[in-house]
Amino acid sequence: MPLPAARRKERSAIGAEHSVTSVAPAALLEIDGLRLSFGGVTALDGVSFAVRPGLITGLIGPNGAGKTTLFNAVSGMIRPHAGRVRFDGHDITGLPPERITKAGLIRSFQIARGLPTLTVIENLMLYGAEQPGEALWQALTRTPAMRRREALLREQAWQMLQRLELQPVADNLASDLSGGQKKLIELGRVLMRRPRMILLDEPAAGVNPSLARLLGGHIRSCRDDGISFLVVEHNMALIGDICDEVVVMAEGRCLMQGSFAEVRNDHRVQTAYMGRAA
Amino acid sequence: MLSYVVAMLTLAAIYATMALGLNVMWGMAGMVNFGVAGFFAIGAYAAALGETRLGLPIAGGMLAGAALTAAVAGLACLGLRRLRDDYFAIVTLGIAEVVRTVADNEIWLTHGSDGVSNIPQPLRGLFAAHYDLFYLALCVVLTAASYAVAEAARAAPFGRVLRALRDDPQVAAVAGKNVVWFQVRAFALGGAMIGLAGAMYGQFTQYITPDIFVPLLTIYIFLAVTLGGKGSNTGTLLGTVIVVLVLESTRFAAGILPGIGAVQIAAGRGMLIGVCFLAILQLRPGGMLAEPVLRVRRAAPPQASRSGGGDQASAASDT
Ligand SMILES: Nc1ncnc2c1ncn2[C@@H]1O[C@H](COP(=O)(O)OP(=O)(O)OP(=O)(O)O)[C@@H](O)[C@H]1O
Ligand SMILES: [Mg+2]
Repeated sequence: MPLPAARRKERSAIGAEHSVTSVAPAALLEIDGLRLSFGGVTALDGVSFAVRPGLITGLIGPNGAGKTTLFNAVSGMIRPHAGRVRFDGHDITGLPPERITKAGLIRSFQIARGLPTLTVIENLMLYGAEQPGEALWQALTRTPAMRRREALLREQAWQMLQRLELQPVADNLASDLSGGQKKLIELGRVLMRRPRMILLDEPAAGVNPSLARLLGGHIRSCRDDGISFLVVEHNMALIGDICDEVVVMAEGRCLMQGSFAEVRNDHRVQTAYMGRAA
Repeated sequence: MLSYVVAMLTLAAIYATMALGLNVMWGMAGMVNFGVAGFFAIGAYAAALGETRLGLPIAGGMLAGAALTAAVAGLACLGLRRLRDDYFAIVTLGIAEVVRTVADNEIWLTHGSDGVSNIPQPLRGLFAAHYDLFYLALCVVLTAASYAVAEAARAAPFGRVLRALRDDPQVAAVAGKNVVWFQVRAFALGGAMIGLAGAMYGQFTQYITPDIFVPLLTIYIFLAVTLGGKGSNTGTLLGTVIVVLVLESTRFAAGILPGIGAVQIAAGRGMLIGVCFLAILQLRPGGMLAEPVLRVRRAAPPQASRSGGGDQASAASDT
């Protein structure tokens, strides 16, 4: 398990190294020249940057900058028209979502997509890896391996609900939850997978401020457990609070990458946000 | 009269097995299959022809009917994987019509519209005296077995994935599930049940012709699943009993009501089914027995055991 103190020293040496073309061992996720357009709208216009392991990297940018589209392309839900995605040195461009998840990279959704006819705890257990009871034969014969795994997943899901203060609604249908609670399930589900890296799309949107701070704490403690994060968020307090470094996107490209302080004081970033607001 | 009731219950059991198959495909996995009658025909013909032409033992014929239907259903699902919901449904209807047309025209194989007759019945010699009662019992056992299989699949993690991809296939994929592979298996499992029902039907009537396997049969099965509660296997059984009751009880109307003949009955039956359908769905939109919610109970009380997920527990205590 990496030491947080050591990581913090590395961080200051990162600088704005976007456009990584070689397989640098330091990078966990490398995004290289991704392009994607919807009809006439260019959502991704050659975005490139690299995310280092063991960190929480923020991904910010004005509305419509292409952040969610980038997540869709990286997680295999849309095939980019050009460019490559490498995870842990392997090319994962164009793989189907389940293969990318199995490789240890998983994403959450900006608009919470809790599975409505599954209960909250089932939503979490679904994301558990390696359940032999998903094989038909094991399901029909109720093998001991399936039941053991199910008991373990249930225990893990229960603890996750405890962390997210969702225990009281464990057996409610996901469709019956409040908007904020649905966002919490999004986080809980991806954590259940125990991935190496998580792409979080606006985890705190619609969540009340104290719960948002709590959520930030969870994300940090997961990072300390060795999970890397790329977090899209418009809540700058949260970004400043939890991120080890920040990538700024605008109009489908990477504008800059650096510490939160560097990014905040950068002219280009300020105009990108102002330009959109005006 | 008693033999009529026995025959009606036997038919209900056969339809229930078919409806359970549809419930696995449509209720549990969310794929609309308008080709139920076609899959039913494949099972019926495979068993009947296997027994009468290839000399398969009866159990072997039934197994062949279920297995061939499962294979065709699985392959159809695989072939149609790129189609969106409504197109998928339309093509399944087309598949059923192709099956019926083949049964009608490939006379060398199926005897065409003459049908297949003298389909053997299991253990006929042993239970000669009350064969209809024995056959009813056999059908009930086979239906119960199909029910047990469908319930086991539903309650297992396999069924959880089916419900997940029914709700949102993209989320299921992100959760690490190979959506198409689950759909293919759900279709094959449901197909096996529908094929088994076909084999049972052939034995029951000892005679099958292509014009039994019309789309109206598919509609009755959809009605049964919808009435009982889509997604609920128990509801599916209940819904089937009601549909068969309504279908059969209208036969008696001709004798009781003056001025009503067979033609009016045939027309009135559809209307009656429709009225029942509307009435029940007005009262209970999810069907009579809506899909049960699986409550997950913890084995151990909260503080007692820290066996599983130790690192999460320690991470939680950090904050
Ligand atoms: N499915 C789609 N079809 C057409 N256009 C799309 C689609 N998805 C995204 N876009 C367009 O692509 C651009 C980028 O959208 P995207 O959702 O990636 O932005 P974002 O950075 O996530 O914004 P926000 O912060 O508001 O969530 C926008 O102009 C959007 O309208
Ligand atoms: Mg977005």
